Amino acid sequence: MIFNSPSLSYSLLAPILIVLAGAIIGVLIEAFASKAIRPVAQLTVSVGALILSLTQIIRIRNSTSTTAAMGSVIIDGPGILFQGAILIIAIISLFLIADQDNFTSSAAALPGSDEESQASQSGTVLSEVYPLTLFAVAGMLVFPIASDLVTLFVALEVLSLPLYLMAGLSRHRRLASQEAALKYFLLGAFSSAFFLFGAAYLYGYAGTVSFAGIHSAVVGGTGNDVILLLGIAFVAIGLLFKVGAVPFHAWSPDVYQGSPTPVTGFMAAATKVAAFGAMLRIFYSVAAEAQWQWRPFFMVIAIITMAFGSLVAISQRDVKRMLAYSSIAHAGFLLTGVIALNKSGLEASIYYLFAYGVATVGAFGIITLVRDSAGEVGDLNRWVGLGKRSPWVASAFAFFLLAFAGIPLTSGFIGKFAIFSAAYESGATAVVIVGVLSSAIAAFFYIRVIVLMFFTDPTEDGTSIVIPSVLTRITIFFALALTVLLGVFPAPLLDFIKPLAIFIR
Amino acid sequence: MTINWISITAILPLLGALALATLSKGAELRAKQIAFATTIITAGSAIAMAVQFQRDNTDLQFVEIRSWIPSFGINYAVGIDGIALVLILMSVILAPIVILAGWNEAQGGRWSVKTFYILILILETMIIGVFSATDVFLFYVIFEAMLVPVYFLIGGYGTGERSAAAVKFLLYSLFGGLLMLASIIALYVMSGAQGEHTFDLKALSQLEMSSTTQNFLFLGFFIAFAIKAPLWPFHTWLPDAAQSATPGTSVLLLGVLDKVGTFGMIRYCLTLFPEASKTFTPAIIVLAVISIIYGAILAIGQKDLKRLIAFTSISHFGFITMGIFAMTSQSQSGATLYMFNHGFSTAALFIVGGWMISRRGSSTISDFGGLQRVTPVMAWCFFLAGMSSLALPGLSSFVSEFLVLVGTYTRYPVAAIIATIGIILAALYILIPVQRALHGPTTPGNENLTDLNLREKLAIAPVLTAIIALGFYPAPLLNVINPAAQHVNSQLGFTDPVPTVEGR
Repeated sequence: MIFNSPSLSYSLLAPILIVLAGAIIGVLIEAFASKAIRPVAQLTVSVGALILSLTQIIRIRNSTSTTAAMGSVIIDGPGILFQGAILIIAIISLFLIADQDNFTSSAAALPGSDEESQASQSGTVLSEVYPLTLFAVAGMLVFPIASDLVTLFVALEVLSLPLYLMAGLSRHRRLASQEAALKYFLLGAFSSAFFLFGAAYLYGYAGTVSFAGIHSAVVGGTGNDVILLLGIAFVAIGLLFKVGAVPFHAWSPDVYQGSPTPVTGFMAAATKVAAFGAMLRIFYSVAAEAQWQWRPFFMVIAIITMAFGSLVAISQRDVKRMLAYSSIAHAGFLLTGVIALNKSGLEASIYYLFAYGVATVGAFGIITLVRDSAGEVGDLNRWVGLGKRSPWVASAFAFFLLAFAGIPLTSGFIGKFAIFSAAYESGATAVVIVGVLSSAIAAFFYIRVIVLMFFTDPTEDGTSIVIPSVLTRITIFFALALTVLLGVFPAPLLDFIKPLAIFIR
Repeated sequence: MTINWISITAILPLLGALALATLSKGAELRAKQIAFATTIITAGSAIAMAVQFQRDNTDLQFVEIRSWIPSFGINYAVGIDGIALVLILMSVILAPIVILAGWNEAQGGRWSVKTFYILILILETMIIGVFSATDVFLFYVIFEAMLVPVYFLIGGYGTGERSAAAVKFLLYSLFGGLLMLASIIALYVMSGAQGEHTFDLKALSQLEMSSTTQNFLFLGFFIAFAIKAPLWPFHTWLPDAAQSATPGTSVLLLGVLDKVGTFGMIRYCLTLFPEASKTFTPAIIVLAVISIIYGAILAIGQKDLKRLIAFTSISHFGFITMGIFAMTSQSQSGATLYMFNHGFSTAALFIVGGWMISRRGSSTISDFGGLQRVTPVMAWCFFLAGMSSLALPGLSSFVSEFLVLVGTYTRYPVAAIIATIGIILAALYILIPVQRALHGPTTPGNENLTDLNLREKLAIAPVLTAIIALGFYPAPLLNVINPAAQHVNSQLGFTDPVPTVEGR
């Protein structure tokens, strides 16, 4: 029996390998480095790995290959763009994560136990969050370029497992944080099962797990359409869970609220890019010819997701929950990009994902700053009068909200316009109309927060804005600058996306 | 080398706003001076542009096109015709007057005086942009972005229920704007299907579309503009906003911003959807007539001076809309002139009314009485502003109201006749407060009011002068407006009906 050594094209896989190496070094640092140098070393290694990975992405941006890892991954323009977006979002999120105040000193201890209080009194600092982040990023980097169902599933688990842990790391409100972690894990496991179930059907339909094979079976049309439909539906459910589309969204408000805020920002932004990346690849290139099977299903999902997210967000009293529902609504807007199923839809989705991700990290970065003696203040009633006390922070937050609402001259508007026009072009008029109406509803609750911050007189209750650390400042400033620039001069990015946004098979 | 007059004029206030941003918080006087100087320079630049305007040329002038977002075919494209020129002139002339008249009105705000003027100047840039944009996308961007400074002006510096009024204003406008966005997306996609993706107004007006599509898209635009204008039944945000805003903001809001609605009807509804415009004309004329009568009747019933002025405006916007959709060149010239005149007469009412209110400390009409004896100059100014609002012959608004009615009569005699009732009601809603507040014995609380000071006299003088001068000699404006209005009309394929005499 002859074994062929696998032929890997290392330069194309380098972005992923660099991040994984960074993660492993991070684990070693956690084990062996002294407490004093640990946080600095971790931050340096993580950011260094991500930046190195990003430079490699930029170097290989025009490469395409289907054989980079023996046919398990496809390197193509959209894949590169998704990876770049994930890395940029990860870098600015890491600066937020670097603010250790948000993380528990002993994640393994029971909430409220002696062990926990000992750990916090002795000033233990654990920085396992850095390697966890890098592992998650590595999974996210593979997710949108996976080209068979098994790689896709492995990537899904690699990105999810660290996130489950990260959700449980909050320093304050430990119980809520652990509840979030458990909830995320259980429902995540549930959706993984759906995904595998669907993958099994697709294997039964096509006789192969590779995307190319499934695609030719779809084009050939010889298989059993019912099995194809079931396979697509269950795989889609697994992916829709990750992006938080209704009715698979139930985890997201609790997880968003319970997780440490920097993790929430990272998760909300980067997971969306990765999951929509994979979804766009599957539905644009693998199952495009089976659109009559999945497009109606997706239209219904998109419509209820947009409407539900916008409507329920209105009644939220907690800022993180509100943003959770707003992210559900945005998942709906992004689904209209999947439905569009044309080149402009792909370009628009990539633009939207990047713009939304950056603004999301910025917005959550600001939430980490609003605190009282017991930690972050999520209750919107206590955000009253923030504009008076810290006009800059409040204005920045207001600007991110306007971007979420899609007011012109913000990146959100260009994204919304692009994605709706692509969907309209494909004939999905009903989806576009619901999208526009949902935007109007959504504007209401974003504006309500602005009213609270600026137009309601403050009551003295000790909510204060901490002076942001340099790293947090960098994150917020970068996110703000990108949100403005992408809103006023979107042309460079759009022109950059245009030639790259072609899936290869 | 050609000078891009529109861009220069539009950028000036923005530069002023940047200069203001560098000031320290305490430098209130300096902030006012810079803001005032900026608006004066801007007005000068706009007048310099107006002088070079070729009035018989019906093409867009001072055209400037730069690529903005090429992948969507979006350009920074500006250019003006006579209608846009007149509205820009009105805006830039009103801006310094508003600043001078409301010299101290930013004091009661939530934020610094500096911020108030930064918002005003940003708004002025956007106003010039919105009237001169010839790229539909650019227009939409400014149309929506404009809401943000106004929102903060009302919510931050107004009185009473200011934040509720600001939110109501914003949500109404956003809703209309999003309907328009849906229509714009449809236009964009159709332009791509029939050639190249574009937002150029001229190219879009040549699109072929079925009449059903045209009707839907027309409604998207029209409802947005009808909310802005505001037309009954989309008007309910206006009285609240006007009551809560400072007088200066109200002037900009009712006098200038709402004109974007009626301007949009001419520039976008009629140009892009001529067939649908004709289809909907009867319904719109009915709404316009209802607005005229409804606004006037409610104005009569108002106890609050600012709300009263707001309702008179609803009535006036009814006249303007009727003039636009009557689709005769007379009525459309009249409507455009009406927009200009309404800007000035509303400005006069709000400015003088604002002075009365801030002196008396109340905006309730019945709190005033006998101002004629205590503050004769202020009382006369208010009287004159009121006469202009009821379109007294000899004052500028008479010319425009007359043109609108004559122009409408030739095509829709019934509507014109009903609308004349509005004129009679106008006499009531102006003369009742004039009688209560100005004439008769001085009531308690009004004895010690002070008359206008020099700054206030300087601020109101140009407004009243314009009202009187243009009443006797409207030709300079009409000469600019008429060719543009005729051009719009001829594009619609309408010829003016020839008046006929029975029995010949």
